[in-house]
Amino acid sequence: MIRDITLGQYYPTDSIIHRLDPRVKLIGTIVFIVSLFLFKDFFGYLLATLFLAVSIKISKVPFHFMMKGLKSIIVLLIITVVFNLFLTPGEKLIEFFIFKITKEGLRTAIFMAVRLAYLIVGSSIMTLTTTPNHLTDGLEKLLNPLNKIRVPVHEVAMMMSIALRFIPILLEETDKIMKAQIARGADFESGNLIKKAKSLVPLLVPLFISAFRRANDLAMAMEARCYQGGTGRTKMKPLVYKKIDGIGFGVLAMYLLICILVNQFVPV
Amino acid sequence: MSIIVNKLNYIYGPGTAYEVQALKNINLEINDGEFIGIIGHTGSGKSTLIQHLNGLIKAVSGEIYYNGEDIYDKDFDMKKLRSKVGLVFQYPEHQLFEVDVFQDVCFGPKNLGLSKNEAELRAFEALRSVGFPEDLFYQSPFDLSGGQKRRVAIAGVLAMNPDVLILDEPTAGLDPKGRDEILDQLVQLHEEKKMTIILVSHSMEDVARYVNRIIVMNQGEILYDQTPKNVFQHYKELEEIGLAAPQVTYIMNQLKEKGFRVDVNVTKIEEAATEILRALGRQA
Repeated sequence: MIRDITLGQYYPTDSIIHRLDPRVKLIGTIVFIVSLFLFKDFFGYLLATLFLAVSIKISKVPFHFMMKGLKSIIVLLIITVVFNLFLTPGEKLIEFFIFKITKEGLRTAIFMAVRLAYLIVGSSIMTLTTTPNHLTDGLEKLLNPLNKIRVPVHEVAMMMSIALRFIPILLEETDKIMKAQIARGADFESGNLIKKAKSLVPLLVPLFISAFRRANDLAMAMEARCYQGGTGRTKMKPLVYKKIDGIGFGVLAMYLLICILVNQFVPV
Repeated sequence: MSIIVNKLNYIYGPGTAYEVQALKNINLEINDGEFIGIIGHTGSGKSTLIQHLNGLIKAVSGEIYYNGEDIYDKDFDMKKLRSKVGLVFQYPEHQLFEVDVFQDVCFGPKNLGLSKNEAELRAFEALRSVGFPEDLFYQSPFDLSGGQKRRVAIAGVLAMNPDVLILDEPTAGLDPKGRDEILDQLVQLHEEKKMTIILVSHSMEDVARYVNRIIVMNQGEILYDQTPKNVFQHYKELEEIGLAAPQVTYIMNQLKEKGFRVDVNVTKIEEAATEILRALGRQA
């Protein structure tokens, strides 16, 4: 019922992208997102599409898995398109009633939609090919310099990995609770907004209780293992850059360079 | 009045990396007044199967008929099916939410659209029939012991007056006394209210003592569907799929190997005792 959320859902397979260091993937995603906002014309988007397509291909993750993430932002996409389409001033294309579509409007609407969609798909590649643990490890390592200015990087990373780890557990639990209540005749779908909100009580109460219980157990288990935060803590599998990661960074640098060149020299 | 399952197939996560065929071509007929045990190892598909029986999961292919009506028919009233085929899940924590026990048990009958009085009457009867002590009626369900929580969960489904009661591992995590009490109460419901009861378990000991038909599941398929005596004859095959026959079966088989003339088909401890005494008496 609620399994459509791809964010934080790892797709297990073996590909070059899966084997990359999470730091490469994190930086890669940032580079890709930045590149999306650099482009102002068609050629740039062609380049981004190419980059995305190749990444998807070598990640060996089925295409429809990537698209799942898009479902959740479909409303946002439509609103963006509609607003840009009708509210951008410029050269008139079509006009009817009080609406008018301009050339500039059409252009920004399409570019914005593509930008948003690529943004989601691009970050989906990262989350689909990296286990949550790996991801937070990478993040912790990348943000480590912030420790100097007293940002509790390790603690934040730990909280993030716990939160990510618990998403599938709580989803599964929600599914089970829903089923148990539906078996008792509960109805989560029909009725007006107030009725629907009320019908969530039998779902939320057991869910919260279970979440608190799990949090308590986890805290206890961590304390029993003498967990005391980041100071002096070593890793069982420390992140080390390998040759493949060097190549990854190389490809990213090339991509960024081409982006800048395209932006500078290809005429609109 | 029966449930007929015809060529049922179910696949978890079709088209993904996690694709698993949980049920393979299941054929089954459940008649009124039966006391059935469904047994299988973790992941054998037993929980998936029972969730089909009250329409919580829709099969990929195949049909289920309840009293001759196709439950996948567009006009079929699922809510009515769920009140007639009551399903109690393994963890009572997944369904208890109200401020007190009594209100929680009222949740089911209220969802059926019954008046407050009638719902309360049903709740009262249901709690009584599972042997829940009256002085705890207005306690928070979260303060109860594991066994009491389970009783409340069962009562919560019983209050909907089902004809068929399905219980998923109702004795998991209970001490022997609590386990026997709950199982005895189920026998009482079966005998007094003529309810059809389906007990899902991985413990042969539990099931052997109570049920009159055992369905053994393995990797999404029905391996055996027979009386306990007949199923336990296959105790060697059962071991291969990670299950075991009741200890009594082993004792009787070993006694027979040693030359005692005992009937190896007994399933209950009491039966075994008389059988051994009889065999000893004859030898002496």
